[in-house]
Amino acid sequence: MNPFDYSSEQIKKEANILRQNVIKMIAGAGSGHPAGSLGMADVVSALYFKILNHNPTDPKKEDRDRVILSNGHICPLLYAVLASTGYFPKEELSNLRKLGDKLQGHPSKKDFDLIEASSGSLGHGLSVACGMAMASQQNEKTYKTWCLMSDAEHQEGSLWEAVMFASKYKLRNLKAIVDVNNIQLSGDVDQVMPLDLLKTKYESFGWQVIEVDGHDTEDLLVKLEQANNFENGPFVVLAKTIPGRGVSFMEGKWQWHGKAPNTEETKKALEELSKKQ
Amino acid sequence: MTEQNKQIIKATREGFGAAVAELAKNDRNIIVLSADLSPSLKVDNIRIDLSGQFVECGVAEQNMVGVASGMALSGKIPFATSFAEFLTGRAWEQIRIDVCYNNANVKLIGSHAGLATGEDGATHQILEDIALMRSLPNMTVLSPCDFNEAYKVTVQATKIKGPVYIRLARPKTPILTPNGGPFEIGKISPIKEGRGVIVLGTGPVLSEVVKAVNGLEEKQEEIGIYSVHTIKPIDKEKIIELAKGARGIITIEDHQLIGGLGSAVAEVLADNGISAPLRRLGVNNSFGESGPYHDLWKQHGMDSVSIQVTLKEFLI
Repeated sequence: MNPFDYSSEQIKKEANILRQNVIKMIAGAGSGHPAGSLGMADVVSALYFKILNHNPTDPKKEDRDRVILSNGHICPLLYAVLASTGYFPKEELSNLRKLGDKLQGHPSKKDFDLIEASSGSLGHGLSVACGMAMASQQNEKTYKTWCLMSDAEHQEGSLWEAVMFASKYKLRNLKAIVDVNNIQLSGDVDQVMPLDLLKTKYESFGWQVIEVDGHDTEDLLVKLEQANNFENGPFVVLAKTIPGRGVSFMEGKWQWHGKAPNTEETKKALEELSKKQ
Repeated sequence: MTEQNKQIIKATREGFGAAVAELAKNDRNIIVLSADLSPSLKVDNIRIDLSGQFVECGVAEQNMVGVASGMALSGKIPFATSFAEFLTGRAWEQIRIDVCYNNANVKLIGSHAGLATGEDGATHQILEDIALMRSLPNMTVLSPCDFNEAYKVTVQATKIKGPVYIRLARPKTPILTPNGGPFEIGKISPIKEGRGVIVLGTGPVLSEVVKAVNGLEEKQEEIGIYSVHTIKPIDKEKIIELAKGARGIITIEDHQLIGGLGSAVAEVLADNGISAPLRRLGVNNSFGESGPYHDLWKQHGMDSVSIQVTLKEFLI
Protein backbone atom coordinates (compact mmCIF):
# COMPACT_ATOMS: atom_id res chain seq x y z
CA MET A 1 0.00 0.00 0.00
CA ASN A 2 1.14 3.48 -0.79
CA PRO A 3 0.10 5.74 2.09
CA PHE A 4 -0.23 8.81 -0.16
CA ASP A 5 -1.95 7.47 -3.26
CA TYR A 6 -1.68 10.91 -4.85
CA SER A 7 -3.28 12.07 -8.08
CA SER A 8 -1.04 12.93 -10.99
CA GLU A 9 -1.57 16.62 -10.28
CA GLN A 10 -0.38 16.22 -6.72
CA ILE A 11 2.58 14.15 -7.90
CA LYS A 12 3.62 16.90 -10.30
CA LYS A 13 3.36 19.47 -7.55
CA GLU A 14 5.51 17.34 -5.26
CA ALA A 15 8.07 16.89 -8.06
CA ASN A 16 8.39 20.65 -8.30
CA ILE A 17 9.00 20.89 -4.55
CA LEU A 18 11.62 18.14 -4.87
CA ARG A 19 13.37 20.14 -7.59
CA GLN A 20 13.44 23.27 -5.48
CA ASN A 21 14.86 21.37 -2.55
CA VAL A 22 17.47 19.72 -4.77
CA ILE A 23 18.67 23.14 -5.93
CA LYS A 24 18.74 24.51 -2.39
CA MET A 25 20.60 21.49 -1.05
CA ILE A 26 23.27 21.40 -3.74
CA ALA A 27 23.73 25.17 -3.65
CA GLY A 28 24.07 25.01 0.13
CA ALA A 29 26.57 22.20 -0.03
CA GLY A 30 28.55 23.94 -2.76
CA SER A 31 28.89 20.68 -4.68
CA GLY A 32 26.71 17.85 -5.96
CA HIS A 33 24.92 16.61 -9.05
CA PRO A 34 21.95 18.72 -10.11
CA ALA A 35 21.24 17.53 -13.67
CA GLY A 36 20.26 13.93 -12.89
CA SER A 37 18.58 14.90 -9.61
CA LEU A 38 16.28 17.33 -11.43
CA GLY A 39 15.76 14.97 -14.36
CA MET A 40 14.47 12.11 -12.23
CA ALA A 41 12.21 14.18 -9.98
CA ASP A 42 9.00 13.21 -11.78
CA VAL A 43 9.85 9.50 -11.68
CA VAL A 44 10.82 9.57 -8.01
CA SER A 45 7.74 11.60 -7.07
CA ALA A 46 5.52 9.05 -8.84
CA LEU A 47 7.26 6.20 -7.06
CA TYR A 48 7.06 7.55 -3.53
CA PHE A 49 3.64 9.20 -3.74
CA LYS A 50 1.81 6.48 -5.65
CA ILE A 51 3.63 3.28 -6.55
CA LEU A 52 5.81 2.11 -3.67
CA ASN A 53 4.55 0.08 -0.77
CA HIS A 54 6.17 2.00 2.07
CA ASN A 55 5.26 3.61 5.34
CA PRO A 56 7.14 6.58 6.81
CA THR A 57 5.70 5.83 10.25
CA ASP A 58 7.03 2.26 10.10
CA PRO A 59 10.14 2.67 7.94
CA LYS A 60 11.57 -0.80 8.52
CA LYS A 61 8.40 -2.84 8.06
CA GLU A 62 9.37 -6.20 6.64
CA ASP A 63 7.23 -6.15 3.52
CA ARG A 64 8.26 -2.63 2.44
CA ASP A 65 9.42 -2.17 -1.11
CA ARG A 66 13.17 -1.58 -1.25
CA VAL A 67 14.75 1.20 -3.28
CA ILE A 68 18.39 1.00 -4.34
CA LEU A 69 19.74 4.19 -5.85
CA SER A 70 22.53 2.73 -7.93
CA ASN A 71 23.25 6.12 -9.49
CA GLY A 72 23.98 7.34 -5.98
CA HIS A 73 25.14 10.76 -7.11
CA ILE A 74 21.51 11.89 -7.49
CA CYS A 75 20.94 11.30 -3.78
CA PRO A 76 19.83 14.90 -3.11
CA LEU A 77 16.63 13.83 -4.85
CA LEU A 78 16.32 10.73 -2.69
CA TYR A 79 16.93 12.71 0.50
CA ALA A 80 14.40 15.32 -0.64
CA VAL A 81 11.68 12.75 -1.26
CA LEU A 82 12.37 10.99 2.05
CA ALA A 83 11.89 14.36 3.76
CA SER A 84 8.79 15.20 1.70
CA THR A 85 7.20 11.89 2.61
CA GLY A 86 7.91 12.45 6.30
CA TYR A 87 10.81 10.12 7.05
CA PHE A 88 12.80 13.00 8.55
CA PRO A 89 12.39 16.78 8.98
CA LYS A 90 12.81 18.89 5.86
CA GLU A 91 14.95 21.35 7.84
CA GLU A 92 17.69 18.73 7.91
CA LEU A 93 18.04 18.76 4.13
CA SER A 94 20.42 21.70 4.44
CA ASN A 95 22.92 19.35 6.09
CA LEU A 96 23.75 17.70 2.77
CA ARG A 97 27.46 16.87 2.57
CA LYS A 98 28.17 18.36 5.98
CA LEU A 99 30.71 16.69 8.27
CA GLY A 100 29.12 14.18 10.60
CA ASP A 101 25.69 14.27 8.96
CA LYS A 102 23.63 11.37 7.69
CA LEU A 103 23.13 13.04 4.31
CA GLN A 104 26.43 11.94 2.80
CA GLY A 105 27.55 13.02 -0.66
CA HIS A 106 26.59 9.56 -1.85
CA PRO A 107 24.08 7.36 0.01
CA SER A 108 25.56 5.70 3.07
CA LYS A 109 23.75 2.98 4.98
CA LYS A 110 26.35 3.33 7.72
CA ASP A 111 25.36 6.93 8.34
CA PHE A 112 21.67 6.79 7.44
CA ASP A 113 19.72 3.67 8.28
CA LEU A 114 16.91 4.43 5.82
CA ILE A 115 19.34 3.81 2.98
CA GLU A 116 18.86 0.18 1.96
CA ALA A 117 22.38 -0.16 0.55
CA SER A 118 25.22 2.28 0.10
CA SER A 119 26.01 3.38 -3.41
CA GLY A 120 28.11 5.81 -5.36
CA SER A 121 30.48 3.67 -7.32
CA LEU A 122 28.50 3.02 -10.47
CA GLY A 123 27.32 -0.40 -11.59
CA HIS A 124 26.91 -1.95 -8.13
CA GLY A 125 23.25 -1.39 -7.35
CA LEU A 126 21.63 -3.88 -9.66
CA SER A 127 23.64 -6.77 -8.20
CA VAL A 128 22.64 -5.82 -4.66
CA ALA A 129 19.03 -5.42 -5.80
CA CYS A 130 19.22 -8.88 -7.41
CA GLY A 131 20.29 -10.28 -4.04
CA MET A 132 17.36 -8.61 -2.32
CA ALA A 133 14.91 -9.74 -5.00
CA MET A 134 16.25 -13.26 -4.79
CA ALA A 135 15.93 -13.34 -1.00
CA SER A 136 12.30 -12.18 -1.22
CA GLN A 137 11.63 -14.81 -3.88
CA GLN A 138 13.23 -17.54 -1.74
CA ASN A 139 11.14 -16.41 1.23
CA GLU A 140 8.00 -16.34 -0.93
CA LYS A 141 7.51 -12.65 -0.22
CA THR A 142 5.95 -10.23 -2.66
CA TYR A 143 7.71 -7.00 -1.80
CA LYS A 144 9.58 -5.42 -4.67
CA THR A 145 13.13 -4.19 -4.98
CA TRP A 146 13.36 -1.13 -7.21
CA CYS A 147 16.76 -0.30 -8.61
CA LEU A 148 17.33 3.14 -10.09
CA MET A 149 20.24 3.45 -12.49
CA SER A 150 21.69 5.96 -14.90
CA ASP A 151 22.18 5.23 -18.57
CA ALA A 152 25.92 5.86 -18.46
CA GLU A 153 26.46 3.38 -15.65
CA HIS A 154 25.59 0.72 -18.19
CA GLN A 155 29.15 1.25 -19.38
CA GLU A 156 30.23 -0.71 -16.28
CA GLY A 157 30.72 -4.35 -17.23
CA SER A 158 29.59 -5.89 -13.96
CA LEU A 159 26.13 -4.35 -14.41
CA TRP A 160 25.58 -6.74 -17.30
CA GLU A 161 26.51 -9.65 -15.06
CA ALA A 162 23.54 -8.61 -12.94
CA VAL A 163 21.27 -8.26 -15.98
CA MET A 164 22.20 -11.83 -16.94
CA PHE A 165 21.69 -13.10 -13.39
CA ALA A 166 18.24 -11.51 -12.98
CA SER A 167 17.13 -13.14 -16.20
CA LYS A 168 18.38 -16.61 -15.29
CA TYR A 169 16.53 -16.57 -11.98
CA LYS A 170 13.44 -14.78 -13.37
CA LEU A 171 13.55 -12.31 -10.49
CA ARG A 172 9.91 -11.27 -10.52
CA ASN A 173 10.33 -8.90 -7.58
CA LEU A 174 13.08 -6.93 -9.31
CA LYS A 175 12.06 -3.65 -10.95
CA ALA A 176 14.68 -1.46 -12.62
CA ILE A 177 14.35 2.11 -13.79
CA VAL A 178 16.99 3.61 -16.04
CA ASP A 179 17.38 7.36 -16.31
CA VAL A 180 18.02 7.72 -20.02
CA ASN A 181 19.23 11.31 -20.11
CA ASN A 182 22.20 10.93 -22.46
CA ILE A 183 24.65 12.84 -20.30
CA GLN A 184 27.53 11.86 -18.11
CA LEU A 185 30.34 13.63 -16.30
CA SER A 186 32.51 14.57 -19.24
CA GLY A 187 30.08 14.74 -22.13
CA ASP A 188 27.04 13.31 -23.85
CA VAL A 189 26.69 9.55 -23.49
CA ASP A 190 26.60 8.98 -27.23
CA GLN A 191 29.94 10.77 -27.50
CA VAL A 192 31.71 9.31 -24.46
CA MET A 193 30.61 5.71 -25.03
CA PRO A 194 27.41 5.08 -26.96
CA LEU A 195 24.71 2.92 -25.40
CA ASP A 196 22.42 2.70 -28.39
CA LEU A 197 19.53 0.30 -28.31
CA LEU A 198 19.40 -0.16 -24.55
CA LYS A 199 15.92 -1.58 -25.10
CA THR A 200 17.19 -4.23 -27.50
CA LYS A 201 20.08 -5.03 -25.21
CA TYR A 202 17.80 -5.67 -22.22
CA GLU A 203 15.35 -7.63 -24.37
CA SER A 204 18.12 -9.82 -25.68
CA PHE A 205 18.97 -10.70 -22.07
CA GLY A 206 15.39 -11.81 -21.49
CA TRP A 207 14.03 -8.80 -19.61
CA GLN A 208 10.66 -7.20 -20.03
CA VAL A 209 11.31 -3.65 -21.22
CA ILE A 210 9.12 -0.60 -21.50
CA GLU A 211 10.00 2.93 -22.56
CA VAL A 212 8.41 6.03 -21.13
CA ASP A 213 8.73 9.78 -21.20
CA GLY A 214 10.12 10.39 -17.72
CA HIS A 215 8.28 13.70 -17.45
CA ASP A 216 4.82 12.53 -18.52
CA THR A 217 3.41 11.78 -15.09
CA GLU A 218 0.17 10.22 -16.34
CA ASP A 219 2.02 7.80 -18.60
CA LEU A 220 4.67 7.17 -15.94
CA LEU A 221 2.00 6.03 -13.50
CA VAL A 222 0.58 3.61 -16.04
CA LYS A 223 3.97 2.13 -16.90
CA LEU A 224 5.37 1.98 -13.38
CA GLU A 225 2.19 0.21 -12.33
CA GLN A 226 2.65 -2.19 -15.22
CA ALA A 227 6.20 -2.87 -14.03
CA ASN A 228 4.97 -3.32 -10.47
CA ASN A 229 2.40 -5.91 -11.49
CA PHE A 230 4.61 -7.95 -13.83
CA GLU A 231 5.27 -11.37 -12.37
CA ASN A 232 7.17 -13.31 -14.99
CA GLY A 233 10.69 -12.00 -14.44
CA PRO A 234 12.72 -8.82 -14.19
CA PHE A 235 11.24 -5.64 -15.60
CA VAL A 236 13.03 -2.48 -16.67
CA VAL A 237 11.50 0.92 -17.31
CA LEU A 238 13.64 3.06 -19.61
CA ALA A 239 12.67 6.58 -18.61
CA LYS A 240 13.73 9.16 -21.15
CA THR A 241 14.43 12.36 -19.24
CA ILE A 242 15.85 15.80 -19.78
CA PRO A 243 18.79 16.38 -17.44
CA GLY A 244 18.33 19.56 -15.44
CA ARG A 245 14.60 19.49 -16.15
CA GLY A 246 12.79 22.59 -14.89
CA VAL A 247 15.82 24.90 -14.88
CA SER A 248 16.23 26.37 -18.36
CA PHE A 249 19.96 26.95 -18.28
CA MET A 250 20.67 23.45 -16.99
CA GLU A 251 18.38 21.49 -19.28
CA GLY A 252 20.16 19.06 -21.60
CA LYS A 253 23.62 20.17 -20.55
CA TRP A 254 26.18 17.61 -19.41
CA GLN A 255 28.13 20.50 -17.86
CA TRP A 256 25.57 20.41 -15.02
CA HIS A 257 26.11 16.73 -14.28
CA GLY A 258 28.29 17.47 -11.26
CA LYS A 259 28.39 21.19 -10.58
CA ALA A 260 26.65 23.32 -7.96
CA PRO A 261 24.93 26.53 -9.03
CA ASN A 262 26.39 29.80 -7.69
CA THR A 263 24.26 32.31 -5.78
CA GLU A 264 22.90 34.02 -8.85
CA GLU A 265 22.20 30.78 -10.68
CA THR A 266 20.47 29.40 -7.60
CA LYS A 267 18.21 32.43 -7.39
CA LYS A 268 17.33 32.15 -11.06
CA ALA A 269 16.71 28.40 -10.82
CA LEU A 270 14.42 28.77 -7.83
CA GLU A 271 12.52 31.62 -9.51
CA GLU A 272 11.90 29.49 -12.58
CA LEU A 273 10.77 26.52 -10.54
CA SER A 274 8.46 28.49 -8.28
CA LYS A 275 6.71 29.96 -11.32
CA LYS A 276 5.89 26.46 -12.50
CA GLN A 277 4.18 25.57 -9.26
CA MET B 1 50.83 -32.33 16.33
CA THR B 2 49.80 -35.76 17.51
CA GLU B 3 51.29 -38.92 16.05
CA GLN B 4 47.83 -40.01 15.04
CA ASN B 5 47.16 -36.85 13.05
CA LYS B 6 50.56 -36.57 11.46
CA GLN B 7 49.88 -38.90 8.59
CA ILE B 8 46.43 -37.65 7.65
CA ILE B 9 46.36 -35.22 4.79
CA LYS B 10 43.30 -33.26 3.74
CA ALA B 11 42.76 -29.87 2.10
CA THR B 12 41.54 -26.81 3.96
CA ARG B 13 38.92 -26.33 1.26
CA GLU B 14 37.58 -29.78 2.22
CA GLY B 15 37.30 -28.63 5.81
CA PHE B 16 35.26 -25.66 4.66
CA GLY B 17 33.04 -27.85 2.45
CA ALA B 18 32.33 -30.28 5.28
CA ALA B 19 31.49 -27.49 7.71
CA VAL B 20 29.28 -25.45 5.41
CA ALA B 21 27.30 -28.56 4.44
CA GLU B 22 26.59 -29.21 8.09
CA LEU B 23 25.70 -25.58 8.76
CA ALA B 24 23.41 -25.36 5.73
CA LYS B 25 21.51 -28.46 6.77
CA ASN B 26 20.65 -26.83 10.07
CA ASP B 27 19.92 -23.31 8.88
CA ARG B 28 17.87 -22.58 5.79
CA ASN B 29 19.13 -19.00 5.74
CA ILE B 30 22.61 -20.17 4.83
CA ILE B 31 23.03 -19.75 1.09
CA VAL B 32 26.06 -20.85 -0.89
CA LEU B 33 26.87 -18.77 -3.96
CA SER B 34 29.16 -20.20 -6.58
CA ALA B 35 31.04 -18.71 -9.51
CA ASP B 36 31.32 -21.88 -11.57
CA LEU B 37 33.75 -23.44 -9.09
CA SER B 38 31.51 -25.54 -6.88
CA PRO B 39 33.58 -28.73 -7.34
CA SER B 40 36.78 -26.87 -6.40
CA LEU B 41 35.18 -25.25 -3.37
CA LYS B 42 33.81 -28.62 -2.23
CA VAL B 43 30.22 -27.43 -2.20
CA ASP B 44 28.80 -29.77 -4.83
CA ASN B 45 26.93 -31.68 -2.16
CA ILE B 46 24.99 -28.51 -1.36
CA ARG B 47 24.34 -27.94 -5.05
CA ILE B 48 22.84 -31.40 -5.27
CA ASP B 49 21.25 -32.07 -1.88
CA LEU B 50 20.26 -28.55 -0.83
CA SER B 51 19.63 -26.94 -4.19
CA GLY B 52 17.29 -24.35 -2.66
CA GLN B 53 20.25 -22.99 -0.73
CA PHE B 54 22.63 -22.94 -3.68
CA VAL B 55 22.90 -20.08 -6.16
CA GLU B 56 25.03 -20.52 -9.26
CA CYS B 57 26.26 -17.11 -10.41
CA GLY B 58 28.41 -18.19 -13.33
CA VAL B 59 31.83 -16.73 -14.02
CA ALA B 60 30.80 -13.32 -12.69
CA GLU B 61 32.36 -12.72 -9.30
CA GLN B 62 31.58 -9.00 -9.04
CA ASN B 63 27.86 -9.66 -9.40
CA MET B 64 28.10 -12.61 -7.03
CA VAL B 65 29.47 -10.38 -4.27
CA GLY B 66 26.79 -7.74 -4.87
CA VAL B 67 24.09 -10.40 -4.83
CA ALA B 68 25.54 -11.79 -1.60
CA SER B 69 25.36 -8.33 -0.06
CA GLY B 70 21.72 -7.89 -1.08
CA MET B 71 20.86 -11.29 0.35
CA ALA B 72 22.65 -10.54 3.61
CA LEU B 73 20.83 -7.22 3.91
CA SER B 74 17.64 -9.28 3.55
CA GLY B 75 18.49 -11.62 6.43
CA LYS B 76 20.28 -14.45 4.63
CA ILE B 77 23.76 -15.69 5.53
CA PRO B 78 25.44 -15.95 2.14
CA PHE B 79 28.74 -17.72 1.54
CA ALA B 80 30.21 -16.32 -1.68
CA THR B 81 32.73 -18.85 -2.96
CA SER B 82 35.39 -18.69 -5.64
CA PHE B 83 39.13 -18.82 -6.11
CA ALA B 84 40.73 -16.26 -3.82
CA GLU B 85 42.19 -14.47 -6.84
CA PHE B 86 38.88 -13.86 -8.58
CA LEU B 87 37.02 -13.11 -5.38
CA THR B 88 39.33 -10.74 -3.54
CA GLY B 89 41.07 -9.44 -6.64
CA ARG B 90 38.41 -8.92 -9.25
CA ALA B 91 35.55 -8.17 -6.87
CA TRP B 92 37.52 -6.08 -4.38
CA GLU B 93 35.46 -2.95 -4.89
CA GLN B 94 32.19 -4.83 -4.42
CA ILE B 95 33.68 -6.31 -1.24
CA ARG B 96 34.68 -2.85 -0.06
CA ILE B 97 31.41 -1.06 -0.77
CA ASP B 98 28.62 -3.62 -0.96
CA VAL B 99 29.92 -5.87 1.81
CA CYS B 100 32.17 -3.90 4.18
CA TYR B 101 30.73 -0.38 3.92
CA ASN B 102 27.24 -1.85 4.40
CA ASN B 103 28.64 -4.12 7.13
CA ALA B 104 26.71 -6.91 5.41
CA ASN B 105 26.77 -10.39 6.93
CA VAL B 106 28.58 -11.96 3.97
CA LYS B 107 31.11 -14.78 4.25
CA LEU B 108 33.68 -14.63 1.47
CA ILE B 109 35.41 -17.91 0.77
CA GLY B 110 38.55 -17.82 -1.35
CA SER B 111 40.22 -21.07 -2.22
CA HIS B 112 43.43 -21.79 -4.15
CA ALA B 113 45.34 -19.06 -2.36
CA GLY B 114 49.11 -18.85 -2.54
CA LEU B 115 51.86 -20.77 -4.30
CA ALA B 116 50.17 -23.91 -2.95
CA THR B 117 47.95 -23.75 -6.04
CA GLY B 118 50.95 -25.06 -7.95
CA GLU B 119 50.73 -25.95 -11.61
CA ASP B 120 48.02 -23.47 -12.61
CA GLY B 121 50.63 -20.74 -12.31
CA ALA B 122 50.82 -17.13 -11.25
CA THR B 123 47.38 -15.94 -12.40
CA HIS B 124 45.78 -18.42 -10.04
CA GLN B 125 48.23 -18.12 -7.14
CA ILE B 126 47.03 -15.00 -5.40
CA LEU B 127 49.64 -13.70 -2.99
CA GLU B 128 47.98 -10.42 -2.10
CA ASP B 129 44.56 -11.41 -0.74
CA ILE B 130 45.42 -11.06 2.94
CA ALA B 131 46.68 -7.54 2.30
CA LEU B 132 43.61 -6.70 0.25
CA MET B 133 41.18 -8.01 2.84
CA ARG B 134 42.81 -6.94 6.07
CA SER B 135 42.92 -3.29 5.04
CA LEU B 136 39.11 -3.18 4.84
CA PRO B 137 37.09 -1.84 7.80
CA ASN B 138 34.62 -4.32 9.37
CA MET B 139 36.40 -7.32 7.82
CA THR B 140 37.53 -10.39 9.76
CA VAL B 141 40.32 -12.32 8.00
CA LEU B 142 40.72 -16.04 8.67
CA SER B 143 43.43 -18.30 7.31
CA PRO B 144 43.27 -21.88 8.61
CA CYS B 145 46.32 -24.15 8.54
CA ASP B 146 44.59 -27.50 8.08
CA PHE B 147 41.29 -29.31 7.55
CA ASN B 148 40.29 -29.15 11.20
CA GLU B 149 41.00 -25.48 11.55
CA ALA B 150 39.15 -24.77 8.29
CA TYR B 151 36.13 -26.59 9.70
CA LYS B 152 36.30 -24.60 12.93
CA VAL B 153 36.74 -21.17 11.36
CA THR B 154 33.80 -21.84 9.04
CA VAL B 155 31.53 -22.70 11.94
CA GLN B 156 32.76 -19.73 13.97
CA ALA B 157 32.38 -17.36 11.01
CA THR B 158 28.60 -17.76 11.17
CA LYS B 159 28.68 -16.47 14.74
CA ILE B 160 30.13 -13.17 13.56
CA LYS B 161 27.45 -10.81 12.26
CA GLY B 162 29.47 -9.08 9.60
CA PRO B 163 31.95 -9.59 6.76
CA VAL B 164 34.39 -12.50 7.02
CA TYR B 165 37.04 -13.65 4.58
CA ILE B 166 38.27 -17.25 4.79
CA ARG B 167 41.46 -18.09 2.91
CA LEU B 168 41.72 -21.69 1.71
CA ALA B 169 44.23 -23.72 -0.25
CA ARG B 170 44.09 -26.35 -2.94
CA PRO B 171 46.40 -29.22 -1.89
CA LYS B 172 45.89 -31.91 0.66
CA THR B 173 48.25 -31.08 3.49
CA PRO B 174 48.99 -32.60 6.92
CA ILE B 175 46.55 -32.21 9.78
CA LEU B 176 48.32 -30.18 12.43
CA THR B 177 45.55 -29.41 14.91
CA PRO B 178 43.00 -31.51 16.81
CA ASN B 179 39.49 -31.89 15.46
CA GLY B 180 37.98 -30.66 18.70
CA GLY B 181 39.19 -28.75 21.70
CA PRO B 182 39.33 -25.07 22.47
CA PHE B 183 39.22 -22.72 19.55
CA GLU B 184 38.43 -19.06 19.35
CA ILE B 185 38.54 -16.61 16.48
CA GLY B 186 41.03 -13.89 17.30
CA LYS B 187 43.14 -16.15 19.53
CA ILE B 188 46.37 -17.68 18.27
CA SER B 189 46.34 -21.51 18.49
CA PRO B 190 49.47 -23.29 19.68
CA ILE B 191 50.60 -26.24 17.58
CA LYS B 192 53.63 -26.72 19.79
CA GLU B 193 54.52 -24.65 22.82
CA GLY B 194 58.04 -23.27 23.25
CA ARG B 195 59.53 -19.99 24.44
CA GLY B 196 62.91 -19.51 22.72
CA VAL B 197 62.13 -19.08 19.07
CA ILE B 198 58.56 -18.26 18.17
CA VAL B 199 57.18 -19.25 14.79
CA LEU B 200 53.95 -17.50 13.89
CA GLY B 201 52.54 -19.00 10.72
CA THR B 202 49.33 -19.05 8.78
CA GLY B 203 47.87 -21.52 6.32
CA PRO B 204 49.02 -25.00 5.29
CA VAL B 205 52.64 -23.86 4.88
CA LEU B 206 52.77 -24.33 8.66
CA SER B 207 53.14 -28.05 7.91
CA GLU B 208 56.65 -27.23 6.63
CA VAL B 209 57.46 -25.60 9.95
CA VAL B 210 56.36 -28.71 11.82
CA LYS B 211 58.45 -30.84 9.49
CA ALA B 212 61.44 -28.55 9.98
CA VAL B 213 61.21 -28.65 13.77
CA ASN B 214 60.67 -32.42 13.85
CA GLY B 215 63.78 -32.77 11.73
CA LEU B 216 66.00 -30.82 14.11
CA GLU B 217 68.44 -32.91 16.08
CA GLU B 218 68.37 -30.70 19.14
CA LYS B 219 66.66 -27.79 20.83
CA GLN B 220 63.23 -28.69 19.54
CA GLU B 221 61.82 -27.81 22.94
CA GLU B 222 62.98 -24.21 22.53
CA ILE B 223 60.73 -23.65 19.56
CA GLY B 224 57.10 -22.65 19.71
CA ILE B 225 54.87 -23.07 16.67
CA TYR B 226 51.62 -21.12 16.52
CA SER B 227 48.84 -20.95 13.98
CA VAL B 228 47.64 -17.43 13.40
CA HIS B 229 44.32 -18.47 11.88
CA THR B 230 42.91 -15.01 12.57
CA ILE B 231 44.93 -12.37 10.83
CA LYS B 232 42.38 -9.69 11.56
CA PRO B 233 41.71 -8.91 14.34
CA ILE B 234 45.28 -9.95 15.15
CA ASP B 235 45.90 -11.44 18.60
CA LYS B 236 48.01 -8.57 19.94
CA GLU B 237 48.12 -9.75 23.53
CA LYS B 238 49.45 -13.19 22.63
CA ILE B 239 52.01 -11.81 20.18
CA ILE B 240 53.30 -9.40 22.81
CA GLU B 241 53.40 -12.16 25.42
CA LEU B 242 55.25 -14.56 23.12
CA ALA B 243 57.66 -11.90 21.88
CA LYS B 244 58.74 -10.81 25.34
CA GLY B 245 61.78 -12.87 26.17
CA ALA B 246 61.90 -14.67 22.83
CA ARG B 247 65.29 -14.88 21.11
CA GLY B 248 63.61 -14.41 17.80
CA ILE B 249 60.30 -14.41 15.97
CA ILE B 250 59.76 -15.98 12.58
CA THR B 251 56.61 -15.37 10.56
CA ILE B 252 55.69 -17.55 7.63
CA GLU B 253 52.93 -17.22 5.08
CA ASP B 254 52.22 -18.31 1.51
CA HIS B 255 51.64 -14.65 0.61
CA GLN B 256 53.55 -11.48 -0.22
CA LEU B 257 55.70 -10.15 2.58
CA ILE B 258 54.08 -6.80 1.98
CA GLY B 259 50.79 -6.50 3.82
CA GLY B 260 50.36 -10.04 5.08
CA LEU B 261 50.82 -11.82 8.42
CA GLY B 262 54.45 -10.73 8.78
CA SER B 263 53.42 -7.12 8.31
CA ALA B 264 50.62 -7.51 10.85
CA VAL B 265 53.02 -8.99 13.42
CA ALA B 266 55.62 -6.29 12.73
CA GLU B 267 52.96 -3.65 13.30
CA VAL B 268 52.09 -5.14 16.68
CA LEU B 269 55.73 -5.29 17.73
CA ALA B 270 56.50 -1.77 16.54
CA ASP B 271 53.34 -0.26 18.01
CA ASN B 272 54.18 -1.77 21.38
CA GLY B 273 57.88 -0.94 21.45
CA ILE B 274 59.02 -4.56 21.32
CA SER B 275 62.34 -5.00 19.61
CA ALA B 276 62.55 -8.79 19.26
CA PRO B 277 64.48 -9.94 16.19
CA LEU B 278 61.94 -10.69 13.44
CA ARG B 279 62.41 -12.75 10.31
CA ARG B 280 59.53 -12.77 7.84
CA LEU B 281 59.27 -15.69 5.43
CA GLY B 282 57.02 -15.42 2.40
CA VAL B 283 57.07 -14.20 -1.17
CA ASN B 284 59.28 -11.18 -1.61
CA ASN B 285 57.71 -8.86 -4.16
CA SER B 286 57.43 -11.35 -7.00
CA PHE B 287 54.91 -13.51 -8.83
CA GLY B 288 54.74 -17.27 -8.67
CA GLU B 289 54.94 -19.70 -11.58
CA SER B 290 53.82 -23.19 -12.57
CA GLY B 291 55.32 -26.11 -10.72
CA PRO B 292 54.76 -28.52 -7.83
CA TYR B 293 53.94 -26.39 -4.81
CA HIS B 294 56.65 -27.95 -2.67
CA ASP B 295 59.21 -26.80 -5.23
CA LEU B 296 57.66 -23.33 -5.27
CA TRP B 297 57.79 -23.14 -1.49
CA LYS B 298 61.45 -24.19 -1.68
CA GLN B 299 62.16 -21.55 -4.31
CA HIS B 300 60.77 -18.89 -1.98
CA GLY B 301 62.44 -20.14 1.20
CA MET B 302 59.33 -21.66 2.73
CA ASP B 303 60.18 -25.38 2.65
CA SER B 304 61.26 -27.28 5.75
CA VAL B 305 64.96 -27.15 4.84
CA SER B 306 64.98 -23.38 4.39
CA ILE B 307 62.97 -22.98 7.59
CA GLN B 308 65.54 -25.04 9.48
CA VAL B 309 68.29 -22.68 8.32
CA THR B 310 66.36 -19.72 9.68
CA LEU B 311 65.58 -21.52 12.92
CA LYS B 312 69.25 -22.40 13.46
CA GLU B 313 70.25 -18.75 13.08
CA PHE B 314 68.18 -18.01 16.15
CA LEU B 315 69.04 -21.19 18.05
CA ILE B 316 72.82 -20.70 18.00
